[in-house]
Amino acid sequence: MKKLLVYLKDYKKESILGPLFKLLEASFELIVPLVVASMIDVGIAQGDKGYVGRMCLIMAALGLIGLVCSITAQYFAAKAAVGFATRLRHGVFEHIQKLSFSQLDREGTATLITRITSDINQVQSGVNLALRLFLRSPFIVFGAMIMAFTVDVKAALIFVVVIPVLSVIVFGIMLVSIPLYKKVQSGLDRVLGTTRENLTGVRVIRAFGQEPTEISKFDGENDALKKIQTTAGRISALMNPLTYVVINAGLIALIYTGALQVDAGVLSKGEVVALINYMSQILVELVKLANLIITMTKAVACGNRIEAVLGMPAGLKEYTAEELEASAGVSTGDAQTGHSGKSTGQTGLSEENAGSKEEETGSVVFDHVGLRYYEGGEEALTDITFKARKGDTIGIIGGTGSGKSSLVNLIPRFYDVTSGSVRVDGRDVRSYDTVTLRDKIGVVMQKAVLFQGTIRDNLKWGNESATDEEIYEALRTAQAEEIVRQKKDGLDEMIEQEGRNLSGGQKQRLSIARALVKKPEILILDDSASALDYATDAALRKALKEMPGDTTVFIVSQRASSLMHADTIIVLDDGKAVGMGTHEELLKNCSVYQEIYYSQFEKKAGQGE
Amino acid sequence: MKKTEKNEKQKETLIKVLKYMKPYRWLVVLTILMAAVSVALTLYLPVLTGNAVDWLTSLISPAEGAGSPWPALFAILRKMAVVVVLTALAQWLMGICNNKIVYSMIQDIREKVFRRIQELPLKYLDGHSQGDIVSRVVADVDQFADGLLIGFTQLFTGVVTIIGTLFFMLSVNVGITVVVVVITPVSLFVASFIAKKTFSMFKLQSETRGEQTNLINEMIGNQKVVQAFNREDETLETFDEINGRLEKYSLRAIFFSSITNPSTRFVNSLVYMGVGLTGALAAISGRLTVGQLTCLLSYANQYTKPFNEISGVVTELQGALACAARIFELIEEEPQTADAADARVLTDAKGAIDLNHVAFSYTPDKKLIEDLNLQVEPGQRIAIVGPTGCGKTTLINLLMRFYDVNEGSISVDGTDIRDITRKSLRTSFGMVLQDTWLKRGTIRENITVGRPDATDEEIIAAAKASHADSFIRRLPDGYDTVIGEDGGSLSGGQKQLLCITRVMLSLPPMLILDEATSSIDTRTEQKIQKAFATMMEGRTSFIVAHRLSTIQNADVILVMKDGHIIEQGNHEELLAKGGFYAKLYNSQFAIA
Repeated sequence: MKKLLVYLKDYKKESILGPLFKLLEASFELIVPLVVASMIDVGIAQGDKGYVGRMCLIMAALGLIGLVCSITAQYFAAKAAVGFATRLRHGVFEHIQKLSFSQLDREGTATLITRITSDINQVQSGVNLALRLFLRSPFIVFGAMIMAFTVDVKAALIFVVVIPVLSVIVFGIMLVSIPLYKKVQSGLDRVLGTTRENLTGVRVIRAFGQEPTEISKFDGENDALKKIQTTAGRISALMNPLTYVVINAGLIALIYTGALQVDAGVLSKGEVVALINYMSQILVELVKLANLIITMTKAVACGNRIEAVLGMPAGLKEYTAEELEASAGVSTGDAQTGHSGKSTGQTGLSEENAGSKEEETGSVVFDHVGLRYYEGGEEALTDITFKARKGDTIGIIGGTGSGKSSLVNLIPRFYDVTSGSVRVDGRDVRSYDTVTLRDKIGVVMQKAVLFQGTIRDNLKWGNESATDEEIYEALRTAQAEEIVRQKKDGLDEMIEQEGRNLSGGQKQRLSIARALVKKPEILILDDSASALDYATDAALRKALKEMPGDTTVFIVSQRASSLMHADTIIVLDDGKAVGMGTHEELLKNCSVYQEIYYSQFEKKAGQGE
Repeated sequence: MKKTEKNEKQKETLIKVLKYMKPYRWLVVLTILMAAVSVALTLYLPVLTGNAVDWLTSLISPAEGAGSPWPALFAILRKMAVVVVLTALAQWLMGICNNKIVYSMIQDIREKVFRRIQELPLKYLDGHSQGDIVSRVVADVDQFADGLLIGFTQLFTGVVTIIGTLFFMLSVNVGITVVVVVITPVSLFVASFIAKKTFSMFKLQSETRGEQTNLINEMIGNQKVVQAFNREDETLETFDEINGRLEKYSLRAIFFSSITNPSTRFVNSLVYMGVGLTGALAAISGRLTVGQLTCLLSYANQYTKPFNEISGVVTELQGALACAARIFELIEEEPQTADAADARVLTDAKGAIDLNHVAFSYTPDKKLIEDLNLQVEPGQRIAIVGPTGCGKTTLINLLMRFYDVNEGSISVDGTDIRDITRKSLRTSFGMVLQDTWLKRGTIRENITVGRPDATDEEIIAAAKASHADSFIRRLPDGYDTVIGEDGGSLSGGQKQLLCITRVMLSLPPMLILDEATSSIDTRTEQKIQKAFATMMEGRTSFIVAHRLSTIQNADVILVMKDGHIIEQGNHEELLAKGGFYAKLYNSQFAIA
């Protein structure tokens, strides 16, 4: 929570003035009992109506000043709290944008979204209330005690006993309930998770007739949530009665002591009334404080969740030149011997010195690359080495989970290699500023995602200044022109959130077009034609081939037909490159490729042999 | 007009809320009783304090012939002690009761909503955003609970306090009570004036907040794409623009609503002053004792406080009712038509399926399937091919009765599927969809969804058949590895393998494979095909696939286009025909 307070720093003035005016208001409130006391002791005792009237005017004046102070305080507090939340939201949003893919995988976007929305709202109310009451309430409590001392020392000692006891109760309950509210939150998360899961899987659940199981699972979680909520509620429910008892015990003691002092002639009647008033002021403040504490408890819990997001290291690790050299150097030693077993790297790729500095624009080099997603987990990629020259088309094929996506994800540095290095244009990707690196690369991901807005807005993601002509050119290459032509508003057609008004194939083609608008030096198609039928897929490949400029293209696919015409095909199996070469070469000497190919082209293969 | 409508609706919702409260009516009675007790006792305390203050007078100027005044004071103090303890007890009981009522109620409501979700037609679920439904189950219910708890307690005690205070004040002094009653409406007026002004600001705030949440959902949800296109800065810019507007509106809303409190407090201090003035004057003329004055002053404080709170409470309750209305809307949503009482329970279906002049569309204005006829013999393998949007998945929706046909009929073994219980119909089909779905839990739990009683041997045998066994074994805890929501870190293919294993284990009499192997590599797929072939032996199966290689062996291939079957026959027949299928088939081998 503490780290979040940084976001208040632009509102130093407001954060100080707010509570200050609140204190001012409180001070005037503390004077009121004294006014009443003198009204009783002087006004009533002496029957002086004028005096009573004057005292009443003083009270009204105090009330008016209080009003002005209070409104000023509210304004500053609101301004600081809202400004704080705005900056915090900005900060968290900005931070999430910097999180690396591994962090996003680990956290899941759903929790990040709750944190930036409802959690921050809670913190905002917490800060607002805290600025208004956090100083005020203790101030009134202690102020009342000090005022009591000015009235009578002996009677004031009762305050000295009562206040610590109250603090113990209030803070004790707070200490116990904070962890409980955290549990309530996670119970809510579970209920939310199950509901969401149930909705996503509704077809499967119904197909298996699993509704009763789901219901009982939900009931279990719901019941657990209720139990923890009730427990937390029960503890909070102790707060009011306990404080009430303590305060009134103090009141009784006060009356008794007051009576003794009056008997001894030390105190006047009005003064006893003043003391009693101070005690009730404490009670009123405590009720407020209790509410404040509940809100603050929630706010702190939410604050901690937000802080956890901000605490995630932003972005990718920065590497120094030495570190890069060291990590690349480790593998250079056994460079060419690594995996030569099945590899048929006869295309000149791995023969060239991978570390050469003469690599041209648009070239991609993998140098003994290894990748592990989790510390201690299995390697997703092992010792991958190859070189793609500018303008090459590289096909990547392999079984489920063989590491195809992992491989291409390393080029725009979505993940960092665990060993070896990836070089683009002869430079280690880790030495690039990610913006520069990713600007060179157009990626079409497995899952086609479009955003709310017009088709044009979406396509301009790649290049803000693209003309309609350029956009149509990209659409034509992506076989997506007819999608736009069919729409009434053409490029201005609105796409709904998540592209709901488009079919899977349409989304895929538009997201390919989006990458093409960028005119990237390197284009990565990560299994991005899976929803296209064969005819469209073939047309797309043809169009890509005819694209002007020497774009280096990576095609990830499970269909041999999609990439059999690539300059080089890399065959992955279980994270290892088990074959590398042209279609013809691989058909001759890569058993894995043969299997894949024949599984898809039985007949033709049969005829061929 | 509009307002009364709104009031009507609120009233209706309120009545429904009360219905949910019914099982806890004794607790409600108890809590009301306790509230009354605690308020009455709280109000009695100032009277005792007043007595004690007046006793001081007797100490200063003792009455003639009286004995020691002290026992009288002790009596008052003892009484006070008893009152205080009883008040605390009543307050505590009230808190416990409220907790119990509210949390039990929301538990009931959540259960009810969740049960209703299980019964809602897919048409509803497909047509509404998941986020919306989830937020009703979680956020709305939660806010409703908060609002109800706070509203319920405060409103009730507030009203009791006002009535009680009036009563006590009247018993002490009528004139001063009148002063208080006259000034109070000012406070109410101020509060309602401000509330009206701030309402539009709050609305603006929540609209902007909704806009922002939308953006966050979209951008954070697809953060990877944002980063891939280096769009962080632009996105942040859009975000900041909305954020700035939100700041402006929030500040206005919060500030204006927060001046309610000081303003009404100022009115209070006027009331306090009024009481002080008239009280003191009355005391001077001897019509009031000083003790009574202190007593009245503290009443004046207590009396006006509930008024301040009530304005807040009303907003809170209105919010809670709005949430409740959204929840009830979901609960009251028309469920799918219930199974007929005499509906047949389908067991050991032979698999003769008959589609008779079936017509269906999701929306009335967009026809999809028209006059579709198909006879399937038991044990036949039916493959469905066709371009995207041709109605393949729709056909499956109809077979599984996720949707009901608009016209015509579908029958299984001669019985119209509308006369078969949904559960027995659906469990008679084994379904693997392109969209894999796995739940949080262990791999084992996910595999045994259709057959919770399966033994380990059976599970492993099924996993071996689907070629999932080897990757499962490589997971940290094997079959007991816990996977996260939607399969967590498993790859698309692995998830699909698990879904296939699930069906392999339950082995229902009919099968539906909708792009069941789309994310699996062709090598593994080929191996699975063998297992599929064994599984399909004697089972009526429907297969949807892009890869034509996987459907060549089907008994009947249906080529669909725009909701119609345009070609029908086996692979050879269709190739020979040289129609749409032949074109589709040859395009696979087209050279780029």
